[in-house]
Amino acid sequence: MDQKSESAGSQKAMSFQDIILTLHRFWADQGCVILQPYDMEMGAGTFHTATTLRALGPDPWNAAFVQPCRRPTDGRYGENPNRLQHYYQYQVIMKPSPGDIQQLYLNSLVAIGIDPMLHDIRFVEDDWESPTLGAWGLGWEVWCDGMEVTQFTYFQQMGGYDCKPVAGELTYGLERLAMYIQGVDSVYDLDFNGRPKGAGGVSYGDVFHENEVQQSTWNFEKADTARLFEAFKMATAECENCLNEKLPIPAYEQAIKASHIFNLLQARGVISVQERAAYMGRVRDLAKGACASWMDKNGWAEGGAA
Amino acid sequence: MTDFLLELRSEEIPARMQAGARADLEKLFVQHLADAGVKTGAIMVYSTPRRLILIARDLPDQTEAVSEEAKGPPEGAPDTAIDGFCRKNAVERSDLELRDVKGRMTWFAVINRPGRSTADVLAEAMPAIIRAFPWPKSQRWGVDSISTESLRWVRPLSGIIALLGGEVVAFEIGGIASGRETMGHRFHHSGPITIGNADDYAAKLRAAHVIVDHAERQDMIRIGAKAAADAAGLTLIADEGLVIENAGLTEWPVPLLGRFDAGFLDVPPEVIQLTARVNQKYFVCEQASGMLANAFVCTANIDASDGGKAIVAGNEKVLAARLSDAKFFWELDQKTPLAGHAAKLERITFHEKLGTVADKVERVAKLARWLCEEGIVKGDANLAEKAARLCKTDLVTEMVGEFPELQGLMGGYYAAKEGLDPQVAEAIRDHYKPVGQGDEVPTAPVTVAVSLADKLDNIAQFFGIDLRPTGSKDPFALRRAALGVMELVVKSSMRLPLTEAVRGALAIRSSQSMTDADIHRLDGSAIDILNFFADRLKVQQREAGVRHDLIDAVFALGGEDDLVRLLARVKALQSFMDSEDGANLLAGYKRAANILKQADVSDQNARHPELVSGSIGGEWMLKQVQHDDMDKTELDLLAALDAAEPKAAAAIEAERFEDAMAALASLRGPIDAFFDNVMVNDPDPDKRAFRMGLLTRFRNAVHRVADFSKIEG
Repeated sequence: MDQKSESAGSQKAMSFQDIILTLHRFWADQGCVILQPYDMEMGAGTFHTATTLRALGPDPWNAAFVQPCRRPTDGRYGENPNRLQHYYQYQVIMKPSPGDIQQLYLNSLVAIGIDPMLHDIRFVEDDWESPTLGAWGLGWEVWCDGMEVTQFTYFQQMGGYDCKPVAGELTYGLERLAMYIQGVDSVYDLDFNGRPKGAGGVSYGDVFHENEVQQSTWNFEKADTARLFEAFKMATAECENCLNEKLPIPAYEQAIKASHIFNLLQARGVISVQERAAYMGRVRDLAKGACASWMDKNGWAEGGAA
Repeated sequence: MTDFLLELRSEEIPARMQAGARADLEKLFVQHLADAGVKTGAIMVYSTPRRLILIARDLPDQTEAVSEEAKGPPEGAPDTAIDGFCRKNAVERSDLELRDVKGRMTWFAVINRPGRSTADVLAEAMPAIIRAFPWPKSQRWGVDSISTESLRWVRPLSGIIALLGGEVVAFEIGGIASGRETMGHRFHHSGPITIGNADDYAAKLRAAHVIVDHAERQDMIRIGAKAAADAAGLTLIADEGLVIENAGLTEWPVPLLGRFDAGFLDVPPEVIQLTARVNQKYFVCEQASGMLANAFVCTANIDASDGGKAIVAGNEKVLAARLSDAKFFWELDQKTPLAGHAAKLERITFHEKLGTVADKVERVAKLARWLCEEGIVKGDANLAEKAARLCKTDLVTEMVGEFPELQGLMGGYYAAKEGLDPQVAEAIRDHYKPVGQGDEVPTAPVTVAVSLADKLDNIAQFFGIDLRPTGSKDPFALRRAALGVMELVVKSSMRLPLTEAVRGALAIRSSQSMTDADIHRLDGSAIDILNFFADRLKVQQREAGVRHDLIDAVFALGGEDDLVRLLARVKALQSFMDSEDGANLLAGYKRAANILKQADVSDQNARHPELVSGSIGGEWMLKQVQHDDMDKTELDLLAALDAAEPKAAAAIEAERFEDAMAALASLRGPIDAFFDNVMVNDPDPDKRAFRMGLLTRFRNAVHRVADFSKIEG
């Protein structure tokens, strides 16, 4: 069977960048601030301050952005068609959660070419918890024909604080969604810019394959672990410095930095099972400290963290 | 009499919570209405992913009027007291009546509570039910969640229908007003649907592509999935859990058959089935040969415009990606022999005080070898040790990392692929068995050795660090392990000296030599473990229907640590006690025991020490027997004892417990005749002593078989 004939779009499927541009347009029309990616390494879009810090406090906040995510241990040297150590998430956060957020989300799928009368779209229980951020929420993974394409969460707590009001968070797995829409089996075959090969057409592999090869090599084999341990110490020390100076945003950035360095050390396999919990606890305390400081600074901290 | 309809519409309710929610809704409804004096009749509860529904048939229109009396202060009490009484009961002073209460005039209020309309009761009860609903997990949402006191529901609540007959029962909660409108299927229908009453509800929703009744959706899936498999010439592997889960995920279920590349069938069928079921909620199918087929059935929530072609294609792709992951793991894991994985076990902590899994494996290997070398398990000691050394290695394989429930099974597959001895592969595969009651109990000797060693090690080690089960807490599943040991032993009729095995398992703690204090602690633990086994055995036997007093009667003998012998004795005792001989012997025993208890036995014993030992046959006895006035029944009993005792002893020695019981049965006639014809408490002290001696001997003979004092009846 011809792969293309099974693809979701009825005409020519959307390119990777068109999916992003369409989502930007769609969520901008819903009143979202369209942000650019956070300029630091992080494991998930949820770490973006536009999600974590803005999920706290009473002020309304609607934003959408693409966030590159780095998960060193998921690297496969560019050899696995589905696994990458660097990929994109599309994040939407709406606070307070609108009553029609599910319908808005479904409309966004239609906008990028998924016909809900042709496909089986389902909301399957999947609660979210991030011990690192002292956060949890209830929600679903959204399935399209059995494939998880989005994580949908109503944040209940962040940094140990109740979310007042609750934010709705959507995290689209962009590569997966694009693979589905374009009907390709390897992420590297994704059409990035919608032009024919040989006429300026660029694939995801053209853009990222070499990056995966080199970064996997560095993550798993070459990263200097002594320097990484040192960097972890420096980030945590600097985080505490910022906390002492009552600067929650820079403190939070240092916590994110420590978290990513910890992930690199994990990929290098130099953190034992026993040490692992201690490192994670350290990052969690810093992130929660930054959230507490943020609550304080804004005068929202009455009652304290749960 | 009127029907009531309640629909609580929300965003998608987790499938696993729906059955509980239906039961809770019904319970709370009946409770609240009963509290308000409304009798409920037939109640139906239904659920879909987006709604919880209750229909109550034939509710009365009104609660019954009630007239109550309240006793107030006596006549002449201060006004404040009387006014307070009036306020409390909401009556006027002029409504009070004076009555004579034991000669004292007292104020009474007659309170007439008129019937309330059921609509009012419902309008009050529904918000209370919604607010107190016991979801396992609930959340806040939307604008109101600025307060942590805002309404909580499993997912955001979006609409409420409350209709009594054709009328809306009006109330508001969390900013949602009850009404008569609902929504149909998320994609098949747009716009609101207006419901007239409980009777047109299901039909109107059906027209909007929503099957309200979960049981009907379950049927559709059960039948539809089977039909899809049949049409492809395959047999569906039934899975009720999946039926219920998929019914909880769909409002309009459409089972569809898809295929996967037959090349994936190289992967063990359990892996394919698990991937399909756990990750994708798909059914799998068999070929006529009983082999797994390269097909699955998914349950869509829509009648797709292309008949489901795109949905099937999409699902096929997802499963293919999952299966290629599984195949990748399957092939990757095989690149390293199991022995190569063993080193990684040093990195996994078994328990912080008990070292790593590698340490545990070392202990299990020694114990498994010992069990074979001692001939307790009739298996090859080298194979048992080898299997034990490899039995946990699959824990560090990719496949078990992905699917922990495949532990053991994968190790077995990898061992077989590697060409290891089939007995070793089987032992690796099955050494966790039996897991709980009803599970298959292995009998292959090498498997039994490893399984026993693994379980004994768990019990001994955790007892050794004082982490034993208490009350309802048994975090290391030691009770299950003990039950497993007993089942293994009994199933293979194995002679396991438990004391020695337990001491051995306790002593295998790394290589450090033991101090006196260690040995003392070890002794204590060993006794505790044997008592623990005794308790578990009693529980197990009681559950198997054996009388607890008979179990106690055998256990009270003490000194028995051979489970097989112990159980054989209990079984023989049970059938003996069911016989007439048994019942009569017990009566004779009780009589004898009572007399011995009442008599000043110590006095007798001081004069005739041989009475204590029970081995009465010495010179003194013979002298007594030569008395002319000796009763015949005394002589008969003595002769019967002389005959029965060695028979019983020999039978017990040979573990022929039925024969031991038969030997006891021969005492029944003589002891009955003895009691009928002689008086034990004869004024002549020598006669009395002799008769007491006979009874003591009789009691002791019986006690060789079981402690009859524990037997009821």
